[in-house]
Amino acid sequence: MAEERKELIKLESGEAEQPFCWSAGVYGSKFLTELRDNKRFVGVKCPKCGKVYVPPRNVCGPCFAELTELVPVSDEGEIVTFTVVSFGFVDPSTGKQKPVPYGYAVIKLDGADTYILHYLDETDPQKIKVGARVKAVFEEERTGSMLDVKHFTLLER
Amino acid sequence: MEPVAVVGVGMTAMRRERRKDGYADLVYEAVCLALEDAGMTIDQVDNVVTVSNDFFDGRTISSMAIQDACGSYDKNVSTVEGDGTFGAFYGLMRILSGSFGTTLVCAHHKGSESEMALITNAMFDPIYERFLGVEAITSSALQARAYMDKYGVTEEDCALVSVKNHGNAFRNPVAQLPLELTVEEVMASPYVAEPLKVLDCCPISDGASAVILASAERAAKITDKPVWVRGVAHCCDAYHLGDRDLSDVRALQYAARKAYSMAGISDPRQEIDLVELYDAFTYMELMWLEGLGFCDPGDGGKLTASGATALDGKIPVNPSGGCLSGHPVLVAGLNRIIECVLQLRGDAGERQVDGVRAAVAHGVNGPCGQSHCVWVLGGER
Repeated sequence: MAEERKELIKLESGEAEQPFCWSAGVYGSKFLTELRDNKRFVGVKCPKCGKVYVPPRNVCGPCFAELTELVPVSDEGEIVTFTVVSFGFVDPSTGKQKPVPYGYAVIKLDGADTYILHYLDETDPQKIKVGARVKAVFEEERTGSMLDVKHFTLLER
Repeated sequence: MEPVAVVGVGMTAMRRERRKDGYADLVYEAVCLALEDAGMTIDQVDNVVTVSNDFFDGRTISSMAIQDACGSYDKNVSTVEGDGTFGAFYGLMRILSGSFGTTLVCAHHKGSESEMALITNAMFDPIYERFLGVEAITSSALQARAYMDKYGVTEEDCALVSVKNHGNAFRNPVAQLPLELTVEEVMASPYVAEPLKVLDCCPISDGASAVILASAERAAKITDKPVWVRGVAHCCDAYHLGDRDLSDVRALQYAARKAYSMAGISDPRQEIDLVELYDAFTYMELMWLEGLGFCDPGDGGKLTASGATALDGKIPVNPSGGCLSGHPVLVAGLNRIIECVLQLRGDAGERQVDGVRAAVAHGVNGPCGQSHCVWVLGGER
């Protein structure tokens, strides 16, 4: 009789996917189509506190007020904070690992009061400073997504 | 607030992979330990709150996978998807409602069964942020840089936290990662996302925990060592990282002020004896110490360097070893509460701090400390 085998089984979920389709809403669609068609950023201004939200959304959280006034904002701005990512991570948009290292920043676009996240084209942390000026570099082929911006480039090095 | 006590606590050992145990096995172990600690049977548990996350468990309504193991069969059971401190808050409210005399709160997490970066990436907005690959480590690196740049905090300041907490873990049998380290060794560990290095980051862990809460009337029948909830509050900042000043801890300051006020604490620096806080990354211990009022903004590094937060310091912080020494997500907040309870009861073994009369437990939900929950616990009401 065969000796009893003690093994601990694990089951893999396999290749099954859970696809979703998220609505960007009216303002989100405007924001993304402006990126795609005109290489422009738009925000939305709060009628109560005057804060300009980028990306635009329909409610100002602090005021709990409906936002209706779309306003243009610049494709230039400044670095609020940054990192240089060194660990491998599968990009959920492509299923592939983005080559490391890559620069990453929180960016305040001129004319906006909130910030966006995006890639930086610099990977030496010594060359990146909080407050440094940056400008969006757009992809040639654009599809209506945040990835229509390839990255932000440092304007002064 | 009507008095409510913690009357029983249980923790499994935290390990990188508890391969033998599914979630239900971990939960059953933690619940049995808490019942044993309280000297209770499951029949004396009036209701149950489970804490879990469907993404982490890879199934929807993840709470139901542990329905038998948490002892909720034929009971009122509800669920919190968030840190254990928030689950315990809900458990407390259920007692305060008058409907229940006791609540069992349990939390489980198996980081070994999924891809942490993909799951923490999924907490970000799918339209504007998720496709840019941001997840827990990248977002925390952005916060660390914002905080360090604002106050001139150095990587060496942060490294002190890693040395201290990994060192404390040697005295905690459930800790996963006791390490004897020097600041130089932490500084020499490779960058994961600058300024965060490997030894600035918590490990991935498997584990479960449980606490049992009781009304004063029921607590009197259960234990002669109740630990009382003197004050508790939580507060939430904006969801989008880009809507927040990441160097700012206003949500924590608000939650702490409210919890201290409920507890009748006017000066936490003099009146709190011990702190267990959510140090998923080293810089967080410094920021949260400031937000909790134990030093001025930007002075967390100085406070740590002074030795005040060491096990033998004036205000020991994370004597358990903290999340840096074991980080089952969601469970981690309950573990902060449990360590405070053990210290207040004098049951903390080799790491027991003398004369603990009031302790603060702190938990976090959402990226970069979006939401904070602060508990003030004491041996007296």
